[in-house]
Amino acid sequence: MTWVNAVVQGILLGGLYALFATGLSLMFGVMRIVNLAHGDLSVLAAFLAFALIDALPLNAFATLVLVVPAMAALGWLLQRFVLQRSLGAGQLAPLLVTFGLSVVLQNVLLEVFSPDSRALDIGGLGTAGLRLSGSVSVGWFGVLCLGIAIAVLVGLQLFLARTAFGRAMRATSDDQETVQLMGIDHRRVYATATAIAFATLAVAGVLFGMRTTFDPSIGPARLIFAFEAVIIGGLGSLWGTLAGGVVLGVAQTVGAQISPAYSILAGHLVFLAVLVLRPQGILRPAAAR
Amino acid sequence: MTAVVVTRAGTAGRVGLSAAGLLALLLAAAPYLVTSDITHTLVDLFVFVVIATMWNLLAGYGGLVSVGQQAYLGAGAYAVIALSVHGGINAFLAVPLAALAAGLLAVPLSFLAFRLHGGYFAIGTWVLAEVVKLVTAQIGPLGKGSGASLTTVSGYDPDIRVAYTYWLALAVAAGSVTAVYLLIRTRTGLQLTAIRDDGIAAEAAGVRVRRAKRLVYLIAGTGTGAAGAIVCLNTLTVQPESVFSVQWSAYMIFMVVVGGIGTIEGPIVGALLFFGLQQALSAQGPVYLIILGAVGVAVVLLAPRGLWGSTVGRTSISVFPVGHTLR
Repeated sequence: MTWVNAVVQGILLGGLYALFATGLSLMFGVMRIVNLAHGDLSVLAAFLAFALIDALPLNAFATLVLVVPAMAALGWLLQRFVLQRSLGAGQLAPLLVTFGLSVVLQNVLLEVFSPDSRALDIGGLGTAGLRLSGSVSVGWFGVLCLGIAIAVLVGLQLFLARTAFGRAMRATSDDQETVQLMGIDHRRVYATATAIAFATLAVAGVLFGMRTTFDPSIGPARLIFAFEAVIIGGLGSLWGTLAGGVVLGVAQTVGAQISPAYSILAGHLVFLAVLVLRPQGILRPAAAR
Repeated sequence: MTAVVVTRAGTAGRVGLSAAGLLALLLAAAPYLVTSDITHTLVDLFVFVVIATMWNLLAGYGGLVSVGQQAYLGAGAYAVIALSVHGGINAFLAVPLAALAAGLLAVPLSFLAFRLHGGYFAIGTWVLAEVVKLVTAQIGPLGKGSGASLTTVSGYDPDIRVAYTYWLALAVAAGSVTAVYLLIRTRTGLQLTAIRDDGIAAEAAGVRVRRAKRLVYLIAGTGTGAAGAIVCLNTLTVQPESVFSVQWSAYMIFMVVVGGIGTIEGPIVGALLFFGLQQALSAQGPVYLIILGAVGVAVVLLAPRGLWGSTVGRTSISVFPVGHTLR
């Protein structure tokens, strides 16, 4: 039964990975930018929440009301004034810019907040749960994370499929030049897409901070998890990202069940296996490529 | 009718190349001229020249932006421990073998990494480096997570040991630059330049793009492995968290981008600048890396051709001429 428990915990963790990976997937889908600072930005969101709790009498969840818009605004500005400039200069430039940003962010956080591990306190919710049987229990916080992840993914799916702006975003992703002929400012679409991506990674970053401790140096490790979730699920599919996140989460918790040292490695190995056997992702038929 | 003369190098090139050769000879005499503290520090510079030159070959000519070259650096460093401490081979002779081992590791990893493209290739190589690190940290004889020491050179007099390491590092640095320079002048080099400028057009013109890219990936893995072996000899210890650190990739990218990507001279200029910055600022801790990252971003956005590319590169002067000149 401990194995069943490991799988259940993995699924719950996977929801959080999926939520976090959505932003990476969205930015690649719309702008073909792979944001190497994705992980560090989520750590920044967690530290913003941490600083807010320190300064104001706020509940950890209430910080989302301030952190998410702030991160979205940062995303908008970053895309409009920094990343946009790098887009014309080949595929190398955006990668180098986001990697530079990642180095800067990590060290600014280190300078401001010191290398100490922090956590966002959520009181009893962190440990409360429902015991299903002797060894299988479901934590409410994990269920909440999975619920939020699914809600965000459904919301994003509806936004892309049903609204005019969502349509503009999909069209820009398909052909940026033709979209301009239709009177759409692609730079506005790009900035908005980045703002949405940053909002989702901010939610994920704060939830990560409630789940485990964080410090300024863990951003790159998180980026790798998000990337693995995206590739396992298949590029360009939101539901694929959810499936990828869940597979990665389960691989890590089952690996940890064998030996704590194998947790991360198990996730990497599943990723490599998918890369070798199903490079198009687990949800996609081979013909779709 | 005037005869058309086609030449490789102009006067500047001949002067520059000769100066580079003289400089290498002068540097080779350094252990007789300066203290071993200085030569010990200069080994770092040579390591930077090697890894920057190799990353430039990969990204600047092959179009392969890797954030995972620390896999080969770490593999080279650990191979010295395995060959020398456990295999009984002389630590200095183990360096070329360690480079070869890193190159061999690049063969299977290239098949995994080449499943991905562009930005995802970058993170994919990073994951591979993490896997190599995690697997290495599981191996008992190599000290697991806490690393191992190169105990087999303790019999050497420290000054002699540093001098040998220094000469080896200088040879690897000069060898790397020469190898890349000669490679770019060959038919393969032309193909690589075509791929760098437009991969699809190059493929349409009959260039076997994948083959050329794999060749570049293997060479870069071997060269970076040699640099890792030198790092092991110079520091006498290896730890998974330091030799497999993604920081190495940050350094490579900084040196190549700031120096001038896609030129032979650029990475050398970048390595010199980075070495200088490190000597001057590394005591500052995080601030130093903040400056490094910010300067890197600024150069990509404002002067994408880098220091060499936007100054000397604009003229016809070239220390390592890879093109032809009509007169």
